[in-house]
Amino acid sequence: MTDTIDDPVASGESPDGQPADATPASAIAPDQLVVLAPDVLAGSLSDYLRAWWKRIRGGESGALPIIIGLIVICIFFEVQSSAFLTATNIVNLFVQATFIILLGMAELYALILSEIDLSVGFVGAVGAAIAMALMGSPQNWPWWAALIVGMAACAVIGALQGTIITRLKIPSFVVTLAGLLGWQGVLIYVFDVDKGAVGGVITVSNSVIDDLVSGSMTPAAGWILLVVVVGLFALTSILRTSRRRARGLSAPPLSITLLTVGATGVAGVVLVYVCNLNRGVLVPVEGVPWVIPVVLVILVAQSFLLSRTRLGRYIYAIGASPEAARRAGIKVARIRTIAFALCSFTAGLAAVVYASRLGSISVGFDGGTYVLYAVAAAVIGGASLFGGHGKPIHPLLGGLVIATLTNGLALLNISTAGTDIATAVVLIVAVAVDSTLRRRGRSGAA
Amino acid sequence: MTEGAPPLLELRGVSKVFGAVRALSGVNFTVPAGKVTALAGDNGAGKSVLIKTVSGLWEPAEGQILWEGHPVHFHNPKDAEGHGITTIYQDLALCDNLDIVQNMFLGHERRRHGLLDESTMELAARQTLADLHVTTVRSIRQPVASLSGGQRQSVAVAKAVMQAAKLVIMDEPTAALGVAQTQMVLELIKRLSSQGAAVILISHNLNDVFEVADIIAVLYLGQLVVEGPASEFDRQVIVDYMTTGQSSRAAAG
Repeated sequence: MTDTIDDPVASGESPDGQPADATPASAIAPDQLVVLAPDVLAGSLSDYLRAWWKRIRGGESGALPIIIGLIVICIFFEVQSSAFLTATNIVNLFVQATFIILLGMAELYALILSEIDLSVGFVGAVGAAIAMALMGSPQNWPWWAALIVGMAACAVIGALQGTIITRLKIPSFVVTLAGLLGWQGVLIYVFDVDKGAVGGVITVSNSVIDDLVSGSMTPAAGWILLVVVVGLFALTSILRTSRRRARGLSAPPLSITLLTVGATGVAGVVLVYVCNLNRGVLVPVEGVPWVIPVVLVILVAQSFLLSRTRLGRYIYAIGASPEAARRAGIKVARIRTIAFALCSFTAGLAAVVYASRLGSISVGFDGGTYVLYAVAAAVIGGASLFGGHGKPIHPLLGGLVIATLTNGLALLNISTAGTDIATAVVLIVAVAVDSTLRRRGRSGAA
Repeated sequence: MTEGAPPLLELRGVSKVFGAVRALSGVNFTVPAGKVTALAGDNGAGKSVLIKTVSGLWEPAEGQILWEGHPVHFHNPKDAEGHGITTIYQDLALCDNLDIVQNMFLGHERRRHGLLDESTMELAARQTLADLHVTTVRSIRQPVASLSGGQRQSVAVAKAVMQAAKLVIMDEPTAALGVAQTQMVLELIKRLSSQGAAVILISHNLNDVFEVADIIAVLYLGQLVVEGPASEFDRQVIVDYMTTGQSSRAAAG
């Protein structure tokens, strides 16, 4: 026990160096001494559920409350309107949601940092407009090259804003508010410069980009993709869990892993089934729209970046405590700048999806409103405005809630005014729940 | 205090001046390995200045810092850290949203194929906590926000150990803790030094000081007025030194 300080890691795999009586001779009552990491040793389903419930109460609200909310909203609309739960409408709803989901995923980078980016709408639109202009006549670039340039432009804009925020120490609110105005100007300028723009509109002329939203995979391809995705997910998560258990690391019980895989599978089957129903009026239209797997890929990529890389870890750390991060030797300014660049980059992808859905992008792009929806999507879904918390699944769920409200209320012939008010109420409720849980988590659970 | 091997840390005639204020003047301070050295002193006596000098935040105006017998210059905290000096400040510098393992490795993450190697980190963190007999946490995967003050302190200490610190400076570690928690942290400090690390403990609480310290040093108006084995002092003598810079009772001789 004397040399362990030199290399505490070397002894990592051999616990034999540990004294058998690991009970410290301290003033703590023995009954308070819980064995280290009991969720490893006593990892039953009920134990796990109890721990999970504690986490929810501790402010780490999981996805379940919002999923339940979403189901309630869907039931409400289905009762009110028989047109709601039809294949046409559901697929339409998903497609409507993708833009806000992606924009919310962009905003998530800023929110985790405990910052805000008000410019995501217009920055994304600038990138998308550049890409569409380069693809269209008279430039006629290949779509991928145009996309790379457009998205790179977004990343550069984000890095620029991030640099101003971190180096000049100006609040992100101010810098991106200026961005909200300034990049709208640049957007208009892009339309002025592009010879292919007609009347302030750049049409999506490339079939690949156009098919992103309006094209679908064949029903068979949808099923195959589903099997592959769910199969891979099941395989990796089960392997990972059992490997961690074998090494004595904390891991959820197998039943939880199976439940997650099962739920994902069921959701996937429903999604593909609904999308594969014929939703055409004159000609048959069926299959999963390409945009759905594309959004899922971006979601997985973002999750991976945030949870498995150092960059992601540092973004969370800075969001909770920049001072702690700085003392840990993290280059805070650099990480924040990269996060703002990622934010703008993802916004660019969102705007491409937007352009694909409408078949064009115009000077009338309402980036000011969209950014508010993006923030709302992330926060409704469970990301925190107070920084340090939030996962890509949150803007996904929040975006679905917003799209469902918009879609359902439109079916009920309720005006835009009503939709805006309903969204506002949901937003307030979601934030109220978030901050109440957080307060309780801070004072209560010890 | 003259032994065969050089002490881990030695300050010789260290002075620090802020404008007209002489925060430290000619401080001679020795910190041996494997011992707890308590640094006592009233508010404004220069305790903070002294530890900030040792941890590299400020460079001394005069004097020398010797690390393991060799003169060193700490231009910034990284330099000090590079030598194995870790300072745990009162606010602990933990990230509430990250779990214990993530906090212990913050800024020093292990990676495999460029990705975070959670398994290795978790095993190493668990081993370190076990070595320190930190057994009160339910799961090392719980966020630090859910820990008690004493547990948070334990995580901060374990983080220092994890980074193979040779000298751990603790600034008022028990200031905000209850009785049981204080006891837990004091046990931790003893265990830390018994594992071979040097600990500098800054504390107002003489109970704590006498319970864990092997050596007591007292600062008075920027001067180190006394340093010696804790057994040679009693409480009243230390209070005398802290308040007047001298002691007529002088049990220490």
